Amino acid sequence: MPPPATQPNVRVVTLNIDGRDLSAREDETIIEVCRENQIPIPSLCYLEGLSIWGACRLCLVELAGQGRLLAACSTRVTEGMQIQTNTEKLQRYRRTIVELLFAERNHVCSVCVSNGHCELQYLAQTCGVDHVRVPYRQASYRVDSSHEMFRLDHDRCILCTRCVRVCDEIEGAHTWDVMGRGTECRVITDMAQPWGESDTCTSCGKCVQVCPTGALVRQGTSVGEMVKDQHFLPILARRRHAQ
Amino acid sequence: MSTPPKITVATTWLDGCSGCHMSFLDMDERLIELVQQVDIVYSPLVDTKTLPDHVDVGILEGSISSEDDLEKAYAFRKHCKILVSLGDCAVNGNVPAMRNHFKLADVVDHAYRDTVTVQPQTPTRGVPALLSLVKPIHGVVGVDVFVPGCPPSADAIWYVLSELIAGRMPDPSSVTRFGA
Repeated sequence: MPPPATQPNVRVVTLNIDGRDLSAREDETIIEVCRENQIPIPSLCYLEGLSIWGACRLCLVELAGQGRLLAACSTRVTEGMQIQTNTEKLQRYRRTIVELLFAERNHVCSVCVSNGHCELQYLAQTCGVDHVRVPYRQASYRVDSSHEMFRLDHDRCILCTRCVRVCDEIEGAHTWDVMGRGTECRVITDMAQPWGESDTCTSCGKCVQVCPTGALVRQGTSVGEMVKDQHFLPILARRRHAQ
Repeated sequence: MSTPPKITVATTWLDGCSGCHMSFLDMDERLIELVQQVDIVYSPLVDTKTLPDHVDVGILEGSISSEDDLEKAYAFRKHCKILVSLGDCAVNGNVPAMRNHFKLADVVDHAYRDTVTVQPQTPTRGVPALLSLVKPIHGVVGVDVFVPGCPPSADAIWYVLSELIAGRMPDPSSVTRFGA
């Protein structure tokens, strides 16, 4: 869904998150309210400035009176909500999600260009993932080095689609998309052509900067050298929505 | 005043680069403090050739890549009360496991034939047979403490050992991570 445009005269609601009484605009989502109030909620697909995807499920929270868990990124706040963001159950689920991401493709942190600057690696540490309890899939994925400035390594991709969204919504090029189902699912450029042959790519590098892992990186980077900078995103996103 | 009995520690390296043991030695002067509290009864760092029957803490570096690694892991699990996976290779397979995407025969051929110009031959005598799939330690035996890192820092190893000596279970995520 598109990010909600700021409306005049929105109402303010009061809610309780982790025992704290808070007030928020009724057009805000739970994750936005949490971030404003320094309540940490892990997320991989959510990124301020991009549309909401709700795929990674790391931001799941518990809502009193609700049997199911809710994704904080795609749930708007309502009056009187009682939310828990860090229960034992949620910690267990988050840990399992991160482990499954590690087991699915090949995240070899020690030799990754994003080592030390990776959101997945950081989440593993903060969620207490000191080992992966499921067997690794050991599937082989390809690397696309055809672009003169950037490189795509499907081994490190977690399919968060931040690249797809930033390219479409902020750059306006829509070079990226998603193809295939299940384990065959992967991000593609244009009609699944090599990135270097893309007619639509403007080589702006926004996809590289928003990628949470070492899947999209600059050419020529070595282990730990790929530091990303996402400061441009909220600024450009605000200007886009103001138009 | 009687001194408390020392804790016995055994270590060995499997398919790894020995960097985790180097990091262990990097504890520098803290090693002196350490040997007042632990006895290293079996390790590449000491002379003993056989693993004692009863060891308090066993530390394994490296992943399970060969028959020999497998035997050592079984022996450590059998004789050690607490088994520690030290470093990314032991915890998640890391670099040794990157060969899992290829057939074992292709890997061996590449290393000993395709890229060799003088007397290309595959060693068979005196070397343990390689397993087709490289696994982390907990892929073959139960592990009690996981210490990720490539290698885990000397501070991380010091923290883990200090906690174990004090009779507590350490929380390695507070001091180290994958690839650290």
